[in-house]
Amino acid sequence: MQLIAFYILSTVVVLSALFVISSRNPVHSVLWLILSFFTAAGLLVLIGAEFLAMLLVVVYVGAVAVLFLFVVMMLDVDFKQMRKGFADYFVVGGMIGLALLAELAIIATAANTDQVRNFDPSPGADTNAEALSNVLYTDYLLLFQMAGIVLLVAMIGAIVLTLRHRPDVKRQNVGDQIARRRENAVEVLDVNPGQGASIRKENEK
Amino acid sequence: MELFLQWTNGNPWLAVLLAVAQVLAFLVVLLLSIAMLLWMDRKVLAASMLRKGPNVVGPFGLLQSFADFGKFVLKEIIIPAGANKTVFILAPIISTVTALMAWAVIPVAPGWVNADLNVGILYLFAVSSLGVYGIIMAGWASNSKYPFLGGLRSAAQMVSYEVSIGFILVTVLMLAGSMNLTDVVNAQSGGFWNWNIFGGGDLILIFVMLPMFVMFFVSALAETNRAPFDLPEAESELVAGYQVEYSSSPFLLIYLAEQIAIVLMCALMTILFLGGWHLPFFSLEDLGLKSGSLISSIIYFGSFAIKVVFFFFLFAIVRAIVPRYRYDQLMRLGWKIFLPTSLVAVIAVSAYVVFVKNGSAIA
Repeated sequence: MQLIAFYILSTVVVLSALFVISSRNPVHSVLWLILSFFTAAGLLVLIGAEFLAMLLVVVYVGAVAVLFLFVVMMLDVDFKQMRKGFADYFVVGGMIGLALLAELAIIATAANTDQVRNFDPSPGADTNAEALSNVLYTDYLLLFQMAGIVLLVAMIGAIVLTLRHRPDVKRQNVGDQIARRRENAVEVLDVNPGQGASIRKENEK
Repeated sequence: MELFLQWTNGNPWLAVLLAVAQVLAFLVVLLLSIAMLLWMDRKVLAASMLRKGPNVVGPFGLLQSFADFGKFVLKEIIIPAGANKTVFILAPIISTVTALMAWAVIPVAPGWVNADLNVGILYLFAVSSLGVYGIIMAGWASNSKYPFLGGLRSAAQMVSYEVSIGFILVTVLMLAGSMNLTDVVNAQSGGFWNWNIFGGGDLILIFVMLPMFVMFFVSALAETNRAPFDLPEAESELVAGYQVEYSSSPFLLIYLAEQIAIVLMCALMTILFLGGWHLPFFSLEDLGLKSGSLISSIIYFGSFAIKVVFFFFLFAIVRAIVPRYRYDQLMRLGWKIFLPTSLVAVIAVSAYVVFVKNGSAIA
């Protein structure tokens, strides 16, 4: 039964990855990409790495792909323009593809088949999450923290690049608003009949 | 699944059939109770406005939701000429399916759960982050201004509040010491003072967990696009947001997905903070009822349901009494207040668990 599930899931992954590059509409491409992420998570569940699978869905499907979709939806993409240089890029792109394929083939043939067959998703622990955190927070703590800092720097860089202070825009100061009291906001006037109320100037008060 | 394999003497296909039957039974009960909760929602809103609410179909209008269902299904499906047809139809289906998927790991009574995952909390977090796709796709595929703006707003809002919801989930799972939802519930057994809302057994943590609970409630309102955070469908600005172009059964599916997500959030708050199915003062085992017997399971399920209905009542009453937030206020609340507060809470709870609860864990 696991084998059936594996073949179904991997077919869906490969097909949807194919549709990512072949569909004409970029939004459809992103949607196919999301499907292939999601199905890849299914494959991870199948080998017992449930923690990794959930992280894949949370990070890639839940956050990264949403941003992709956002950007692609908002951009005004000219498809004819995009397809113009296809012949020029085809050679380079094809070569990169071939190189990746060759690397995959080398890994597939070089891997110890016993190692693959007796794959243990959680070595030395009960669950996948425990096994991962055992190495992540001990042996590779420095690398882990450094990766986090790199991401933080990237985030701050993006904010700095896009932040513009516009002096001509009126902004709400939340502190001021909360500090506002009845005494300095409302004034009760004694209105004489037939005269109406007029707002007194600041210096008259 | 293991239980079903035992029952069917290891025949995997029969076991799958039994599992499907279990899921279907769960679904039917869930959808029926959502129909009733919808009726309750409308009655509460009506009562707060001194109206009578639905009172024509069936006794006390109880069958109103079923009448609405029939009406939606029998109407013609209208697809706008400029719409992206496939995505337009796919969007409501995806929202409903992802909303229902999350219920797979919700334990409603001891042992009454469809999939007792080890990574239950993470699964819930992952699946609830999928719900945003239905809305973005609906907004984009409609090929119209208001749905698109509504979809963008909704996506930004859901992504923002997911972050703080994630951190609050982390505080709870650190207190329970497990990501399995059944373990989370069982860690809160023994009386209401052990519930996570009161610090999960360590009363000093009430200063962290009670605010976390309130924040979770507010984030749940924002996550489900519910008033006062219903900006994606703000009638006065966006007509009805991402669902403007929808009619008939696709609209029904979108509406249903929203309600399922709301009830899911109620169930989540019950499980994470209010002790799940546990009774407030004693456990049934103390009274001599055998654990796992049908009677005790039903009583526990009743206690779970009462808590869920209580939270649903809170959701309904909030819609009636709180005015809608402005969009920048919503973002400010999510990113500048909830995110730092929950981050501090994660550090506080983890420090407490490491240094006080477990003694010093650093060897």
